[in-house]
Amino acid sequence: MSATQDVFPRIPDEHAELSLLDRAWQNGRGIFGWLSVTTHHAIGLRYIVTAFIMLLAGGVEALLMRTQLALPNSTLLGPDRYNEIFTTHGTTMMFLFAVPVMEGMAIYLVPMICGTRNVAFPRLNAFGYWMFLAGVLFLYWGVFTNAAPDMGWFAYSPLSGPQFTPGKRTDYWAQMITFTEVSALCVATELIATIFKMRAPRMSLNRIPLYVWSILVQSFMVIFAMPAVVIASSYLLSDRTVATHFVNPAEGGDPLMYQHMFWFFGHPEVYIIFLPALGFVSSIVVTNARRAIVGYPAMVLSLVANGFIAFGLWVHHMFATGLPQIGEAYFTASSMMIAITSGVQIFCWLATLWSGNVRVNTALHFVYGFLVIFVLGGLTGVMLASVPLDLQVHDTFFVVAHFHYVLIGGALFPLFGAFYHWFPKMTGRLMNERLGRINFWVLFIGFNVTFFPLHILGLRGMPRRIYTYLPEMGWGPLNLLATIGAWIIAIGGMLFIVNFFWSRRNGRIAGHNPWEAASLEWAAASPPKNYNFEFLPVATSRYPLWAQPEERTVVTGLRNDRREVLVTTLMEAEPHHRYVLPGSSIWPFLTAITVTVGFAGSVFNPWYIVWGSILSGIALTGWFWPRRPLELEP
Amino acid sequence: MSRWAGLGPVIAALFLTLAACATREQSALDPAGPQSGKIAALWWFFFWLLGVIFVLVMVVMLWTLVRREQTGTCEPKLQRTVTTASVATVIILLVLLVASITAGKATADLAKKPNPLTISVTGNQWWWQFRYLNSDPSQVLTTANEIHIPVGRSILLQGQSNDVIHSFWAPNLHGKRDLIPSRVTTEYIEADKPGIYRGQCAEFCGLQHAHMAFYVIAEPAGKFNAWMQAQLQPSLEPANPVLSQGQRAFLNYACVYCHQVRGTPAAGQNGPDLTHFGSRSTIAAGTLPNTPGNLGGWILNPQRIKPGTKMATVAVKPEDLQPMIQYLESLK
Amino acid sequence: MCSRCHSQAISLAALFACCVITTSSCQREKRDIQPSPTRLAIYGDAARQSTLRPGGPVLPQPVVSNPYNGSAYDISEGQRLYDWYNCSGCHFAGGGGIGPPLIKKEWIYGGEPANLFDTIVKGRPNGMPSWGGRIPEYQIWQLVAYVRSLNGEQPTSATASRQDTIEPNPQNIQNRVPGKTK
Repeated sequence: MSATQDVFPRIPDEHAELSLLDRAWQNGRGIFGWLSVTTHHAIGLRYIVTAFIMLLAGGVEALLMRTQLALPNSTLLGPDRYNEIFTTHGTTMMFLFAVPVMEGMAIYLVPMICGTRNVAFPRLNAFGYWMFLAGVLFLYWGVFTNAAPDMGWFAYSPLSGPQFTPGKRTDYWAQMITFTEVSALCVATELIATIFKMRAPRMSLNRIPLYVWSILVQSFMVIFAMPAVVIASSYLLSDRTVATHFVNPAEGGDPLMYQHMFWFFGHPEVYIIFLPALGFVSSIVVTNARRAIVGYPAMVLSLVANGFIAFGLWVHHMFATGLPQIGEAYFTASSMMIAITSGVQIFCWLATLWSGNVRVNTALHFVYGFLVIFVLGGLTGVMLASVPLDLQVHDTFFVVAHFHYVLIGGALFPLFGAFYHWFPKMTGRLMNERLGRINFWVLFIGFNVTFFPLHILGLRGMPRRIYTYLPEMGWGPLNLLATIGAWIIAIGGMLFIVNFFWSRRNGRIAGHNPWEAASLEWAAASPPKNYNFEFLPVATSRYPLWAQPEERTVVTGLRNDRREVLVTTLMEAEPHHRYVLPGSSIWPFLTAITVTVGFAGSVFNPWYIVWGSILSGIALTGWFWPRRPLELEP
Repeated sequence: MSRWAGLGPVIAALFLTLAACATREQSALDPAGPQSGKIAALWWFFFWLLGVIFVLVMVVMLWTLVRREQTGTCEPKLQRTVTTASVATVIILLVLLVASITAGKATADLAKKPNPLTISVTGNQWWWQFRYLNSDPSQVLTTANEIHIPVGRSILLQGQSNDVIHSFWAPNLHGKRDLIPSRVTTEYIEADKPGIYRGQCAEFCGLQHAHMAFYVIAEPAGKFNAWMQAQLQPSLEPANPVLSQGQRAFLNYACVYCHQVRGTPAAGQNGPDLTHFGSRSTIAAGTLPNTPGNLGGWILNPQRIKPGTKMATVAVKPEDLQPMIQYLESLK
Repeated sequence: MCSRCHSQAISLAALFACCVITTSSCQREKRDIQPSPTRLAIYGDAARQSTLRPGGPVLPQPVVSNPYNGSAYDISEGQRLYDWYNCSGCHFAGGGGIGPPLIKKEWIYGGEPANLFDTIVKGRPNGMPSWGGRIPEYQIWQLVAYVRSLNGEQPTSATASRQDTIEPNPQNIQNRVPGKTK
């Protein structure tokens, strides 16, 4: 495989230069070094691993719920425990798995696909991860001390208020939101900056790979959506801890305002999870159809339109609260409109696959699985957009089925596909294809056995979030079927884990570009060096690695003895100036600890906000303490 | 791969058979009123149209797998196909939008029927209070967890809540309407034919969200009026010494702080009105059939049947229990 | 080696802190939604046999502790029952009116949990009715836990910052201390 080492031409006497690069990008040793890491691979992998542990936790919670519901009048879990588990399941999957894993993948991949050496703000990146980890530990600290939230992942007031949810359960949840959203905002900021200013030379806007476009749109959505939920959960928290009345109906607060703010975040949240998955699908389809995507401009425009429309349809979560007819019509129309953008992308993929020379590997299996499941979930979504239908199926198992079809089908299947696709880049080895296919089929069958029956249960009147049901309702057989499916999914998950560990040790050596893909991350070594590229590549076309070797060019002239990258212009990505990125730093970790003191303590005593702020001020002073000129010089 | 070929139709067929054998109880696909009828019709329209689209997309998708080794498809043709498909999507969505808005408007227009019967619905953790409103205060009827309505007459429901958000949902009659504290929400329902329709809270409301059901009993106008007149009467006087003893016991324990029995000193407002308790078919908001045995179990340990319920666990003495049960069951 | 001792000490201390926080949190978050009848009997007798007499001096308290002390759920249940059983009819929101105030440091019949329990069970002269035998004893304990929280004698982490019901007296809102109900 050494032949593929020369994806880009090299220049002589590189040995000394390489050791300089190695030294400049080396991470520290020991526990201190580990805490100070700011390279994007390490941070990205930490996100991914932490999020996967959360997926396992959420999966165990799901199994407990499904097992409880397998039989009517089951007493495996009491109502209190069941409410805690379903709330923790939703919270974990949305806030601690789906968004962070997509962010982790983006942190890992985007700088490489853009042909640069790190994200724009490496220390902010590290800080974001520590905040996310603090949120994870904080919520699960609550779970293990019997203070798991039990008011639903949406925490509607007044059920989440001090009177109806006594104790600290809701406070843990509300503050966990702040942790994870701070983290999400950090990631969004640095990814936008990376994509706008650090792309490889000549990677103009119309050459950006679709995955990067989807991350760009997603990051902007994060910036506009997350503040809404942070404010909503802070309203709730201050109502609970310092007796304000933002959402207390008895004193003039408005529970509906809370719902509006929550869903103004909550609906875009779905697309925040889903857009990166569309990017995965585009990457896998292009690579395995071995041709350019059909309708690149249409794809990009759909992504951008998706980002805008996603903010205009949150009210379809609230149709049952009662709305004037003109409002109903507006939100029905906007909810249906989003089907157009998704439809266009599906047609483009199908056209690409139809006209391509398709190589069916495991990753593509997951893409086809995605198409089946997501199209079905999208069509039930169109049903939910219709007010009369929504009034019947809202808050029933039909909705549970719908959003698992769009979230598992729309995000998790592409994510698994992405793992099979990029695993060789991350580890240097290929995953086992045979086991991968078995893995896919078990997951696909298990998924449909679990969630398809739920559509029917919903139409037959089974509401969501009930901890048990009476035998005479006749919901027993389908629930039992769904529970069997859930256990099949669990087996599928285990197969993935087995494949992961087996392949990491015994998988075939991958080389730089095992799939003969077109985007720049495949020009880096597998696994990549800390600096990704010895020489920053130039994007000579939309599919740079499919160009003839003699057309591939690189950037020279960057200093190798420090963490230097090239800043390029926004539109055309013309080289603008050299820029030195900061190296390893312990300050992000220390700042995260001080912020955590403030956030976590404020659940018990509002004064902790003050102490936390003072400590954070000290930590930030250390973070931004002026450095030696060498590091600052542009 | 070929295993996928049959999946779409199989799924559709499965869906149809299972949906068709839905029982009479609590199903959105078994409409018993004009509102739910219109929604069910809309549902089947969506189902068939979107079902056809699903099958078409799946066929194209499988085709991409079967079709191998291309011979240079011309790019403009591909793009034209994508454009055509996208335009078709827009048209189909417009059709669905018009259908949806038309159905929504038709449902709302049913509210214009004259002379509706107004019932105030109040959600409580975890039971329903129903109040038949009337300009004459002596004709206002308060009851719980069970309403009777006349067939063919429009019913105006005014929803509110005493604690958290609940949602009133009787799928055979209409969709949901949330009951939100500090607000009054409205919904019109109507039953086409006599029958007993079950409904259930559809917005998560705490520990016993699962056991918060109610029954709507639709009956001909004459029967309904008779029921209404009977319910408006105060409770029956105990007819024999055992029932008298039961009444005394009922009035002596904590029951009276929460329950009202009109015609006796019991005037609590925190729990369901029990004036005509014996005429109801279930206890604990649809959790158990109303039998003397179940009632005894419920009184002695409500927390076992409905953990978290606001009903107190009262240590009723064994000698008081039987008379109390008999007394309550006699309140027809 | 010394640094290892040091880190061991730190981790031991951390473990201890974890245990303390965990247990306090479990106590706070417990939802005893199936109070068992046996418990009712035990506390019932203990309190009935108290030697306290209406109007008499405050005698040494019987050694009975409130099983719901520090439990957020039960304090909240007590708050609900305070309205349901119309305690608020005389004591108002705790400031007193027809009956004596419940927010104070001086108690006529003793302010310890067992005294409050006794007062509720037996009633007192000048209007306090006897609730013993009418409402179940676990609910009396819940009321006791709530009344104690009015005086800040419950952990602030277990008490609600405010009621969700309308506050009739604006002064109570303005002078509210976080962590105390009133």
